[in-house]
Amino acid sequence: MSTSKSALSNIFGQLTFWRGVRAIVFFLIFWQIGSLLDDWTGYDLFGIGLVPPPTDVFTAFLEVIPKHGYWMSWVASFSRVLTGFLVAMLIGIPFGLMLAVNRYFRGVFFPPFEILRPIPPLAWVPASLIFWPTNEMSIAFVTFLGAFFTIVINVLGGARNIDISYLRAAQSMGASQFHLFWKIVLPGTLPSIFTGAAVGMGITWEVVLAAEMISGGGTQGGGGLGFFIWNSYMGGSLEQIVVGMISIGIAGYLSSSAIRKLGFVLMPWRRLF
Amino acid sequence: MDSTTVKASETSTTSAPQGFDMVMYRIKKHFTRVDPYLTIIGIFLWLFAYWVLCEGLKIWRFDKLPGPVAISKDWFSTTPFQGISIFTQEYYDHIVVSCRRILIAFGLATSLGVPLGLFMGWSRSIRDFVFPIIELLRPIPILAWVPLSILLLPGFEGPVIFLATLASFFVTTLNAMLGVDSIDEEYFRAAGCLGSSRWDVFVNVVVPGALPFIFTGLQISIGVAWFSLVAAEMVSGDLGLGYLIVDAYMNNVTVPMVIAMITLGFIGYFSSACVRAVGNKLMEWHVKELNQQGR
Amino acid sequence: MVKNTAKAAKKGAISIKNVTKVYDPGGVNVMAVDNCSMEIAGGEVCMIVGPSGCGKTTLLNAIAGFHSITEGSIEVDGELLCGPTKPKAEQGADRMVVFQHGALFPWKTLQENVAYGPTVQKAMSSGEAMDKAGQMLAEAGLGSFIKKFPGEVSSGMARRAEIVRALINNPKVLLLDEPYRAMDALTKQIMHESLLETYDRTGVTIFFITHDLEEAIFLGDKVHIVTTRPCQLKKTVEVNIPRPRSYETQSSEEFRKLLDEVNEAVHEEAVKAFKAGERELA
Repeated sequence: MSTSKSALSNIFGQLTFWRGVRAIVFFLIFWQIGSLLDDWTGYDLFGIGLVPPPTDVFTAFLEVIPKHGYWMSWVASFSRVLTGFLVAMLIGIPFGLMLAVNRYFRGVFFPPFEILRPIPPLAWVPASLIFWPTNEMSIAFVTFLGAFFTIVINVLGGARNIDISYLRAAQSMGASQFHLFWKIVLPGTLPSIFTGAAVGMGITWEVVLAAEMISGGGTQGGGGLGFFIWNSYMGGSLEQIVVGMISIGIAGYLSSSAIRKLGFVLMPWRRLF
Repeated sequence: MDSTTVKASETSTTSAPQGFDMVMYRIKKHFTRVDPYLTIIGIFLWLFAYWVLCEGLKIWRFDKLPGPVAISKDWFSTTPFQGISIFTQEYYDHIVVSCRRILIAFGLATSLGVPLGLFMGWSRSIRDFVFPIIELLRPIPILAWVPLSILLLPGFEGPVIFLATLASFFVTTLNAMLGVDSIDEEYFRAAGCLGSSRWDVFVNVVVPGALPFIFTGLQISIGVAWFSLVAAEMVSGDLGLGYLIVDAYMNNVTVPMVIAMITLGFIGYFSSACVRAVGNKLMEWHVKELNQQGR
Repeated sequence: MVKNTAKAAKKGAISIKNVTKVYDPGGVNVMAVDNCSMEIAGGEVCMIVGPSGCGKTTLLNAIAGFHSITEGSIEVDGELLCGPTKPKAEQGADRMVVFQHGALFPWKTLQENVAYGPTVQKAMSSGEAMDKAGQMLAEAGLGSFIKKFPGEVSSGMARRAEIVRALINNPKVLLLDEPYRAMDALTKQIMHESLLETYDRTGVTIFFITHDLEEAIFLGDKVHIVTTRPCQLKKTVEVNIPRPRSYETQSSEEFRKLLDEVNEAVHEEAVKAFKAGERELA
């Protein structure tokens, strides 16, 4: 089956693939010309004129790659993202499942949750800087919040959408409450957990970045890719800003594809689709 | 028709209640259920815990945050201790500025993103050329654009609006495209059978068929717009609720900070409720269909 | 009298000659239709019966112009729809399809749905089309539902409205792909009577795919039994029960005899298809 799938993508993919390549090449050429137009003609193309051309960005990238500090920023950001994200999963999944399963629990805890949810996570940054003793802890807290709300909402929605006939079927075969939870509710919620995780991962990156930029103005920020960008901004190095943006793009992409991969491994019955 | 219904309600005492009676019946029904009481208990418990931690017992670290009493005292006072209340002009200035920015950003993103997404879903070649570029830019978190946009765009307003627009643009475009993908192939076939031109198909099948997804997208998009607006205002801004939060933090006053947070929550909730209401208005068919399915 | 109008319209003869269709999903060739030939006279109700996933729908899609064919040709009234030089037929309002799951646009009311065809073909102004649509829906007994959305009416009503939407375009051929599949037996009976009534009125050629053998014999002039994938014509049963038919027809001796005959031919194929266990082709 897998060979036939790849054959399919070969036949249909070729045109699409080459069109995509062409589009990206055009995009890069446009960018290059747009940012150099200023030097050649004196006319500034609005918005693009100041962006460094791709060639300069590329050389800046080459300069940065061997540096130890650059890779330490990766490690710092990744460890923050992972901490916040894992804590949010660990607390969010049981919390969401409890909301879905127990009516009284939902009645009591859902309204305050809904009141807090619309507040953008970044609005919490100053409050958590005041509350938590260290910067690192406040970043972790805001990161956690960002992913937490999304994960809980997805888990709740997923668990409540489980077809009631699955539960009845299991009960009629004599499943205990324990079994119902572990064999029906949890696997049934898994797809939503992964949707929530994918969205939450995106938000986590945004929040870590912002927290690094807002709080990391000082030296105690402890690095990170957001700090890398902010530093480049302070130092006025546009090439490095773009390098930082691309790095974060790659990092975000890597983490969301890791989640997809995990979902693929854990949910064999979804592979058909 | 009318006279028969009146007669029916006169003759039979068990007929369904109408008008005012119906409203009263619903209210009564609502309060005989346990849920509203649980909600009240929940909110009360939460506020109480908050109060105990911050003001009642002044637990370590919590004493740095303003408690509910301090906040409400200041919020509803004509002479607020920390500068912001519902009676100060400044409070409304911040709200108006933020709302105006959201309106511009959301409007721009919607008016660009929806058509682009629809065309991407409708035409294979448009998708092939545009989608890779969007996918290339999309993984970059919106906040990574902050320094670049501050440098490139003039003033305070430009970068803030740009960031909020960019954030909601991606969401809106992708959802519009997925909306077209979600339309059942049979509707296209039926339209083809009935002799539609390509443009007829676009207007009568693609646009209405994608609407449910578009509005799901718009609801996410307005949330994302607020998210990035706050971030942008916090980093670079002269006014706005995000700026108010950071400004309060810098000046070591905590009450306006929390007031701004709560206000953001309210306005954010209200704006997505507005989007939902507009969607339901435009998709009468969809609402009725869901009602029929008992959802 | 009814008979006269039905036989007066002779248009809409379909001739399917040696049609072969090979699908190529994922590089694995699947032969859906193999060298299949059929002649359908104008104004005939032609029922296609065969096991699930045997390629009946492929045949219908080829006539409607949704899919290309690999070999052979299809003609309507002597005009070439698709053939060696033109593998995919053009979609046109002379061949109207009624879909298995129903394809009334859920975002248009029943009246707007029916008026859609004449409006986009510019055969009528939108006002005229709406009037005509309202009138035709009323004739079909849907007068009080014209302002409802398809999601608000029962599936039987929706299917009837869909047939009206097809008929307003004066098609030569009506292609129905198991339109009553998901209906209960009682609703089905009503739908059959309404379809027969429509047929008697318009005399349109009907190409009808079904699994339901009783339905096939009750509605059809001819029942074509096709084999499991790849689809070939196995047997044609002529139904000589006079029209108009009513539900009492179904208890007649003749009906039972035909049913046994068809059943015997189909059962063998159904067993073969079941053993193959393949998923249906879309």
